[in-house]
Amino acid sequence: MFDLFSYEFMQRALLAALFTGMAAPAVGTYIVQRRLALLGDGIGHVAVTGVALGILTGIAPTWTAVVVAVLGAILIEVIRERGHTNGDVALALLFYGGLAGGVLLTGLAGQSAANLQEYLFGSITTISVGDVYITMALAAVVILVGVGLAPQLFAVSQDQDFARVAGLQVRTYNLLVAVLAAVSVTIAMRTVGLLLVSALMVVPVATAQQLTRSFRATLLTAMALGALASVGGLSLSALAPAGTRVAPGSTIVLLALLGFVITWPLGAWLRHRQLLRTPFPALPPDAATPTESHEVGEHPHDHGPECGHVAVPHGDHVDYVHGGHRHAPHGEHYDEH
Amino acid sequence: MLVTPLALTGGAVAIGGRPVLRGIDLSVETGEFVALMGANGSGKTTLIRALTGLRPLTAGSLELYGTPFERFHDWQRIGYVPQRTGATSGVPASVWEVVASGRLTHRRLLRPLSRVDRTAIRDALEVVGLADGARDGISHLSGGQQQRVLIARALAGEPELLFLDEPTAGVDLPNQLALSAALGELKSRGATIVLVAHELGPLADLVARAVVMRDGRIAYDGAPLADHQVHDPRFGETHAHHHCADDRGRSRHDHVPHVASPLEGR
Repeated sequence: MFDLFSYEFMQRALLAALFTGMAAPAVGTYIVQRRLALLGDGIGHVAVTGVALGILTGIAPTWTAVVVAVLGAILIEVIRERGHTNGDVALALLFYGGLAGGVLLTGLAGQSAANLQEYLFGSITTISVGDVYITMALAAVVILVGVGLAPQLFAVSQDQDFARVAGLQVRTYNLLVAVLAAVSVTIAMRTVGLLLVSALMVVPVATAQQLTRSFRATLLTAMALGALASVGGLSLSALAPAGTRVAPGSTIVLLALLGFVITWPLGAWLRHRQLLRTPFPALPPDAATPTESHEVGEHPHDHGPECGHVAVPHGDHVDYVHGGHRHAPHGEHYDEH
Repeated sequence: MLVTPLALTGGAVAIGGRPVLRGIDLSVETGEFVALMGANGSGKTTLIRALTGLRPLTAGSLELYGTPFERFHDWQRIGYVPQRTGATSGVPASVWEVVASGRLTHRRLLRPLSRVDRTAIRDALEVVGLADGARDGISHLSGGQQQRVLIARALAGEPELLFLDEPTAGVDLPNQLALSAALGELKSRGATIVLVAHELGPLADLVARAVVMRDGRIAYDGAPLADHQVHDPRFGETHAHHHCADDRGRSRHDHVPHVASPLEGR
């Protein structure tokens, strides 16, 4: 069964999956940061028109898809900036236009929608040598720009007004993110397909931020998770029992989602723990309302690092959370804070 | 001779064709601490956005450090603290990372942070009193602490001219005190500060000049006034305490205890 991995087409596919899996979350992180998680999906729909254009004209659909997706991404950005339309409305407009245009053009080319199938749901195992090189080169560009310009892209995505007053060319960076997104959509088209593209851009980021607190860690973790899901998903689909037909795109996306399902409760627990241990605010000494302190009577044990009650810093001392009360050691007894 | 940091002459701003600011003449000298005041809708936020170039002027001319705005590229001399709404985003970010983005005005593309950059970031965090929480996620902080992070971000760029848009809005008293301590430190270093404020609170001691806006024009420019005078009908504020559908306005009154301004006692 493992012989499968010695086939050249499989090795090519794994390589393409690895690069795509790292590139998509690299740009996806900035898209999620702008709260435009569905941007990838919008561009994916526009790219359908590009693929159909390729089928109609006989040009390689990968290239027509790149061109149309980049144009679509720029259009979304312009509508968002100029039209004062919400980002999601701009996306919706392109969603439907792109998909309808694609179906129309494929029909005009005298082909059935079945020809679109391999682009809609991916066909990584039929990828040619040339396509692998194109995929690797484009993915490398996306990764280098996404990581290399991280300080600028972070600032622009975090706070546009601040970035503008800091002298950054905000519009140029916005367009750059849109173009990077379009490029990663078209390279991911071969692995997971246009309809599932957005998953590879967004799900690893959502998984990563369950566990991370900094942007840098989120970006790098998401890229690692994306690569893991792509390579793992492809391997799983290759190892599927003979006679069944498992599309790699579906296993890649489901594996990425599985990662989220596993980390979500962990993230929820970590956030809960963080909240419990957040220091209580220390009131300034001249505050008008002093803390109400009254003695706590019977106490079965001494609070301390070993007692198992949550210890929360409170000004210059520690409160122990005990049965919904905040106990602060004071001499021989505990004050209620 | 010192160059005037900020000079706006005959400034006007229209938003969507509606004239909002008219006939604004404002110049600020080095080391001044100016508060732009006025009721909601009087145009003070629009004015500070025009001064930073975020709102294009429809008339008049703006000069920063003697250079017409269109040709001004010396951004490291300028700092800007926007309203707090932009502090968090869809992805976690640590306090240190947000403050570090304030160094971008000094950094060239694709260069790592230098030792000078790191020192400036640490210094900015210390000035606002958040050096211990540098690794914390910014979304875990309270509103007042987020505001301090945004100020630290501007301080990290070591600006000579700092603009702040409502830094005290919705911030509790201990955080307002920390804010005014940070701004006092900056003032003592010789920075020029222009801020928008609805009420001055603990900042009153620092403000040397108040510019009161009324209906898109400057109604008063001179020594600071007590808060109640700013909202006096003398300034034509027939709806001084009418808060339009603006949550910030309401929450400000929830958070800020009605402490008498130090100026009222004088």
